Amino acid sequence: MVVLKNLSTEELYAPGHRLCAGCGPSISIRMALKAARGPIAVVNATGCVEVSTTIFPYTAWRIPWVHALFENQAAVASGLEAAYQSLEEKGKRKGKVDIIAVGGDGGTFDIGIQAISGMLERGHDIVYLCYDNEAYMNTGIQRSGATPRGAATTTSPAGKVIPGKRGKKKDFIGICAAHGISYAATASIGFFSDYIDKMKKAIEVDGPAVVHVIAPCPLGWRSNPTETVKLAKMAVLTGLFPIYEVNDGIYKMSMKLGRLLPIEEYFKLQGRFQHLMKPEWKNEVEEIKKDTEKHYKKILRLAGEKIT
Amino acid sequence: MSRKKVESSIEGIIPYSGEGSTITIEGGAVCTQLGCAYNGDEAVAYAAKQSNVDVVAAYPITPQTIIVERFSEYVANGEVSTKYLPVESEHSAMSACVGASIGGARVFTSSASQGLALMHEVLYLASGLRCPIVMAVVNRALSAPINIHGDHSDMMGSRDCGWIQLYTENAQEAYDLTIQSFKIAEDKNVQLPITVNLDGFFISHSTESMKSIADEDINKFLPPRTPIYKLDHDSPISIGGMALPEYYYEFKRQQEEAINSAKPVVKNVGNEFGEMTGRKYGFFEAYEMNDADVAIISLGSTSGSVRSVAKKLRANGEKVGAIKLWMYRPFPTEELFSIIKDLKVLVVMDRAISFGAPYGALCSDISSILQNRDSEVKVLNMIYGLGGRDIPTTTIQQVFEESLHTAKTGEVKQRIKFLDMRE
Amino acid sequence: MNQKEPLSKRMKLSWREMPFAGIMFEPGSSVEYKTGDWRIERKPQIDGEKCIRCFICWIFCPDVSIKRVPKPYKKHIESVEVDYYHCKGCGICAAECPVNAIEMIEESTDVP
Repeated sequence: MVVLKNLSTEELYAPGHRLCAGCGPSISIRMALKAARGPIAVVNATGCVEVSTTIFPYTAWRIPWVHALFENQAAVASGLEAAYQSLEEKGKRKGKVDIIAVGGDGGTFDIGIQAISGMLERGHDIVYLCYDNEAYMNTGIQRSGATPRGAATTTSPAGKVIPGKRGKKKDFIGICAAHGISYAATASIGFFSDYIDKMKKAIEVDGPAVVHVIAPCPLGWRSNPTETVKLAKMAVLTGLFPIYEVNDGIYKMSMKLGRLLPIEEYFKLQGRFQHLMKPEWKNEVEEIKKDTEKHYKKILRLAGEKIT
Repeated sequence: MSRKKVESSIEGIIPYSGEGSTITIEGGAVCTQLGCAYNGDEAVAYAAKQSNVDVVAAYPITPQTIIVERFSEYVANGEVSTKYLPVESEHSAMSACVGASIGGARVFTSSASQGLALMHEVLYLASGLRCPIVMAVVNRALSAPINIHGDHSDMMGSRDCGWIQLYTENAQEAYDLTIQSFKIAEDKNVQLPITVNLDGFFISHSTESMKSIADEDINKFLPPRTPIYKLDHDSPISIGGMALPEYYYEFKRQQEEAINSAKPVVKNVGNEFGEMTGRKYGFFEAYEMNDADVAIISLGSTSGSVRSVAKKLRANGEKVGAIKLWMYRPFPTEELFSIIKDLKVLVVMDRAISFGAPYGALCSDISSILQNRDSEVKVLNMIYGLGGRDIPTTTIQQVFEESLHTAKTGEVKQRIKFLDMRE
Repeated sequence: MNQKEPLSKRMKLSWREMPFAGIMFEPGSSVEYKTGDWRIERKPQIDGEKCIRCFICWIFCPDVSIKRVPKPYKKHIESVEVDYYHCKGCGICAAECPVNAIEMIEESTDVP
């Protein structure tokens, strides 16, 4: 349990970055760094956070930070970890640095997944953090493997015959857990205590750990910037983004929900789902509800919870 | 095979056993007083081992595989203190190398062909972030059709990636230049990645006798890396941020300056290496160029065949010469011009096609320096040996003879020719 | 070199003098960059009376613009302040405040 009063007031992430007003990913980064136990370094994939925090000559980072490419953060982090180890063994450097590889959902679910898989398989002591805003927002809202069904993006528009994105959101944590790593978790910036706790656990783990955090994007979700945190909570409460941990393969729910919040409540606050509010797509909403329940029940089952 | 070491500096074949020979094992190779039996890949792996590399991240690909296999053995047997990352692709191999390099490590990798192509975008990252990574490229053709044999299409496809590019003629040179590469790349005025190119199979898989260097001599020649910047807890810098149009151009200009700064370094390191071993290196090797009317310039293993043919023709009184280019990037413009300017005909051998371009890549470079200096040297471009097709000495002799004819008559039949092509 | 000049101006250098490889050697230099003028219409105002110092506004601020300051006030040992130089006016602080101690006021209003 995180007590805000006890969290460090030291800001490793400075203001003056150029992420949008009400940016969820920005909150996710700041919270993640509050979990630091000591020296920390970030390897950042190309994406909103990278682009907006390091526009030369201004950097928002007060810790060692490197950006390489869109899809190679996990590999760059692997190399960095190897360098630290090798130089330490040879007496050329000293001191533990916790390495966090950070990617958005595009850099994680899609183009970067191979390098992440390699990093997990090789067993590097790195935390992989995916801030998920559910599309390629940096390039102007194109769909990704993390975009939920029904969401309109510029490459999965709500058309006359196709109502937004087809296909489900990838089970990224399931993929990570299947590598047999010690710790993987989903989180929401809406539930900061749970999220920061999970980041702390991930950093503590000796070996690879993964945290997947939902971080709404007012621009891409076409939502009110004021409601970023509210939406991050609702994503969890609707069952669309269940939060849980996988400790050495054992699933554990982080929040037990009695009844799921109707997804319409969540949809109606976001422009990307507005088309689904029309009567002709009623059936689509029903299908999304079925999918959501099915996935939610699957996680409950994995966590050994009663299914009601 | 034309490139067999006809005029190798080491005489004869190594006696693997026999009277008066002491047989030892070095880096997995059989050695006698005359030298060690290495193929090109083994020689490179041994050079990397002796260079005290901190991190190796690599992915296997024919014909480079032996390098990573040998290195894995060194690691498995505890013969090196290197962290070896057996990554899941070449893209990740080069990415991990970049990560390790910015962490302050001495880094080595190797690749070939499709692997190098898969690394392509990361190559620019390595040079842009000024990471002194050493990579052996075992040159191989590119798909399609798939072909595992040697040509220069892979490296030529990435020639503008901002890396220093060296080419080697045989296992000895691959070994020697790998060691020198660390010293060149890590020089404080250079700080750029470097490739050591060796022809797939022709060099990588041919066992030849080679002189290795004692570990202590290498340690003296090559001190540990002193990075000019690194990412660590005591250095909270931001590397790889975004530079918009008002800044980007200046950083690229810095890079151009850095690669040109490598020239004196390559020369000095080559001289120093020569003092240590008796094998001196530089930008290129000029053979009988003082009074030559006709010369052939080439990269890699073909240079040996060219030199042997030139030697034969010289014996017949023909004024021919040969240039073996060790350093392709940065291009030794002035130095090369000074030895080719008085030729009548210069033949440029390109083992890759630059599709749709006037000439092959090497020939384009040479033509441009001659053109800009109002030279009257006639340049002929020979494309050859793609996909590992052999280039026999008979073909090279024919090229020389035709060029001598051109030198005499001034008549140029074809400026670009595809050697040994079935028409 | 005039240290008071903004970094972006100080960096308009010849390529020879530009930082090596585009590396940013000044951690957190973005503080110099004013994002406060991105605000349109509204800005947050914290009511020190109502505020219970739970710091929820502080943790949720995407722009690191709610500062915890060691200013005692009545029974509290700390207070929260808005950094208007950087605050982009998203209003998350006001929306998440559990005691409605933050109000989004007209941009033109003076804040004491």
